[in-house]
Amino acid sequence: MTSFFIYKAILVVVVFGIMLLAAMYSTYLERKVAAFIQDRVGPNRAGPFGILQPLADGIKMFMKEEIIPEVANKTLFIVGPCIAMLTAIMAGVVIPWGGELVINGVPYVLQIIDFDFGLLYVFGVVSLGVYGIMIGGWASNNKFSLFGAIRASAQMISYEIAMGISIIALIMMTGTLSLREIVEFQAGGTGGTWNFWNVVYQPLGFLLFLVCAFAECNRTPFDLPESETELVGGYHTEYSSMKLGFYLFAEYINMFISSAVISTLYFGGTNFPFMNDLGLSQNAITILGTLAFFIKIGFFVFFYMWIRWTLPRFRYDQLMYLGWRVLIPLAIANVAITGLVMILTDRV
Amino acid sequence: MKSLTGKAKVLDNPKMTFLERIYLPAIIGGITITLRHLFKRKTTIRYPEQKRTFSPVWRGMHVLKRDDNGAERCTACGLCAVACPAEAITMTAAERKPGEEKLYREEKYAATYEINMLRCIFCGLCEEACPKEAIFLTDRLVSTDYARDGFIYGKDKLVEPVDNRVDVSKRQSPKVLEFKKIKHLRHNR
Repeated sequence: MTSFFIYKAILVVVVFGIMLLAAMYSTYLERKVAAFIQDRVGPNRAGPFGILQPLADGIKMFMKEEIIPEVANKTLFIVGPCIAMLTAIMAGVVIPWGGELVINGVPYVLQIIDFDFGLLYVFGVVSLGVYGIMIGGWASNNKFSLFGAIRASAQMISYEIAMGISIIALIMMTGTLSLREIVEFQAGGTGGTWNFWNVVYQPLGFLLFLVCAFAECNRTPFDLPESETELVGGYHTEYSSMKLGFYLFAEYINMFISSAVISTLYFGGTNFPFMNDLGLSQNAITILGTLAFFIKIGFFVFFYMWIRWTLPRFRYDQLMYLGWRVLIPLAIANVAITGLVMILTDRV
Repeated sequence: MKSLTGKAKVLDNPKMTFLERIYLPAIIGGITITLRHLFKRKTTIRYPEQKRTFSPVWRGMHVLKRDDNGAERCTACGLCAVACPAEAITMTAAERKPGEEKLYREEKYAATYEINMLRCIFCGLCEEACPKEAIFLTDRLVSTDYARDGFIYGKDKLVEPVDNRVDVSKRQSPKVLEFKKIKHLRHNR
């Protein structure tokens, strides 16, 4: 029993560390990608190729003066970034980071908890994230912050519907809400039979989910809550020091988590092609699978940045039009088509 | 209707086609463009390590030249200060004492010589006005400072060190020197 707790504790600490590290280096990557896309070189002063830049930024954030506005609601002002950070990190619990690792005959699953309702849990936790933005924006007592907060909540609520419906088609196919079982459903090359990644069966669902994930993470082209050209800084206008850092950090952790969810649901998670045909041992497959998973996550994090430095921001009415009148009908149509195909091919 | 200049463009706002309305082709077009830029050669010049070469006619920070023996050429005639359109140059003259022949070429020299680099427009008229070939604009940069006082350059910064001569031949090429010798040109008088 104690060994179980130790193994879970180690796993929690490692996953926590990886998420924070990934968020830190996402800021670096973001600046590098932005620079490269604009034919610049980006941060290159702190350490070789500027790889110590996140550390320098972190120290700067901690050293900055902490300002809480006179008219702000002090408690909620502090609670806001805490909630944003907490909900961002909580979603990492159910992600299957790897398969089974067998040490001394004891199998260790590289996943903190395998809920049978893991997908619902992710949705629930991610939708709580809007409270961090709402509370922070409202507590600032500033019109720009409030605008940002209202935009964020309206946007998240609208896009969560389309996201939820787009996922229903996937659940109909796999018949489970457990993320681990969804990953196993996509295992490639098992004993001669081929299971393709879900993106092959659900291209439209993937596209809808991807667009909604962009909106949920408040990333360009849906970054209206913090649109600096219109709202100064949106919901974090009044924030300074590490509380601002927490908001920015939460955004990058959200990106990381949503990349992980996208790769889990649609791109096979820890599976990679020919994984069972190479004749490797169980542990080697697990380690390679985790590596493949992180490569997929890395690609989607890069994709987020790639899109950010390519597309301009939507106007607010365009955003609402896209959410309610394009994505939701498409998602419903996707559910209907999936059901029809499943009945016709006897896969019910 | 034709406009008078013929430059007017008729704008209309046509309904977007289906392909335009689903955004995806345009987005794919956009991300391929940014992807191409990702691998392009960067135009950045990494400044302290890498320096851009100046144009040969670049006019930067001034230098007060010494002659071949190491004596200052400037005689504090004040022509540069008169020529200066920005009134950036001030100086006080002093008489050379016996025994100072090694330091100053002529009997009169500039005891102080100051250029306010915030006023200076780097036009090079001081250089043209100088009859003693004493002041030149070089390809060195005037560095930044936190206070305005720091931009008033005295003789300590302007006069070239004896052992570390400043090269002014880039702009004073043989062609230019030849041109300067043509004394009947008003420009060179």
